[in-house]
Amino acid sequence: MSKMHLKLTVNGEAVETLAEPRELLIHVLRERLNLTGPHIGCETSHCGACTVDLDGKSVKSCTVFAAQAQGAEITTIEGLGNPDGLHVLQEMFKEHHGLQCGFCTPGMITRAWRLLQENPNPTEEEVRFGMAGNLCRCTGYQNIVKSILAAATEMNAAKEAAE
Amino acid sequence: MIPSSFEYHRPGDVAGAVALLSQLGEDARVIAGGHSLIPMMKLRMAALEHLVDLQDIDEMKGISVEAGRVRIGAMTTQHELLTSDVLAGAAPIVREASLQIADPQVRYMGTIGGNVANGDPGNDMPGLMQCLDATFTLQGPDGTRDVQARSFYEAAYMTDRADEEILTTISFDATDGGYAYEKQKRKIGDYATAAAAVLLTRDGGNCASASIAMTNLSDTPVWSEAAGAALVGTALDKAAVDAAVAAMLVDIDPTEDNRGPVAFKNHVAGVILDRAIARAWDRA
Repeated sequence: MSKMHLKLTVNGEAVETLAEPRELLIHVLRERLNLTGPHIGCETSHCGACTVDLDGKSVKSCTVFAAQAQGAEITTIEGLGNPDGLHVLQEMFKEHHGLQCGFCTPGMITRAWRLLQENPNPTEEEVRFGMAGNLCRCTGYQNIVKSILAAATEMNAAKEAAE
Repeated sequence: MIPSSFEYHRPGDVAGAVALLSQLGEDARVIAGGHSLIPMMKLRMAALEHLVDLQDIDEMKGISVEAGRVRIGAMTTQHELLTSDVLAGAAPIVREASLQIADPQVRYMGTIGGNVANGDPGNDMPGLMQCLDATFTLQGPDGTRDVQARSFYEAAYMTDRADEEILTTISFDATDGGYAYEKQKRKIGDYATAAAAVLLTRDGGNCASASIAMTNLSDTPVWSEAAGAALVGTALDKAAVDAAVAAMLVDIDPTEDNRGPVAFKNHVAGVILDRAIARAWDRA
């Protein structure tokens, strides 16, 4: 089967790659673009470890063909922060022990980032509802919710300070 | 978890998509949000040679309300359904149901058209559309035709849609009165053990009209005309609600699966309908 010429914007950079239409977005990100932040957990649309941002939507990249993302803007955890400059969400997950094994964390943070774009002042209930597509088998979610609420407070304070 | 190979097509309008389906025949399928189809392709329970992606077809997107009639393009996502103020005003039951479908990531991708056209008995929108007495508009090589949601479903994954037709638009009258979408599920992301869509109107102390549809309790959605009729003209006292539940139980036909045996499903269906009627009546 012939490959498609994919043109994407990933973490702000224009990238091009060849991929078969049947390749899932998670496979193209990890194996062709070497972005191994988004993880493959269940690979059946349940766990959310593969969550990335696609044109302003949180999506499970194991359930999107890369071909569907042709022309799209994608943000992965690599686009949010790095070891030298953590994103506020990453700082707060660290501060509040929002992770134990860390496998679900890239998906958690990428999803939480979009949630806070849409709702900068969520209640605890709204965080839980908005994070319902991401599973964590370690933490019991308490500290994940705490981290996201703390990040919202920090981000709002930073926004106010800038104004 | 890698599907078999296929060719990918992305037409820009419905006519182009219908032309592709006509030309490629049964080797082709359309993809909307893909959250039913892609899992099936990964399991290789669905194999196809050509995938026709509808995402660029703008004429299949958007929500409008004109002269009391709601029109929703089939490619409108569940996320868009639950964030639409105009829809929340015209038919709030759609928002209430959308909030109970899957999880946020799935709702960003999943579309109302895919949900109603796939014919999966577990999907929530088909029952809701029967409750609303919605009309589905299908476009094929010979033009468009309308089918009522209440006569669209034939069996699990079998509908009145022909292979070369595309379901493009869903329309129904704006609602007034009380509404409720009640769903029992084992966890977020699961299909319903039982779900009920209820619309009621009130005339003084009595119920003036009632429409009741049930989800995942048969191989098609079940619009129970008798259950609705049992409520009309009553003050929704316990006897009337019990009669509606009894009528509904005659119309459903659940099967045993990992959500429980038949007796349990009948029990849950009764509880869910009872709660839905109570909430709808509160709002009527």
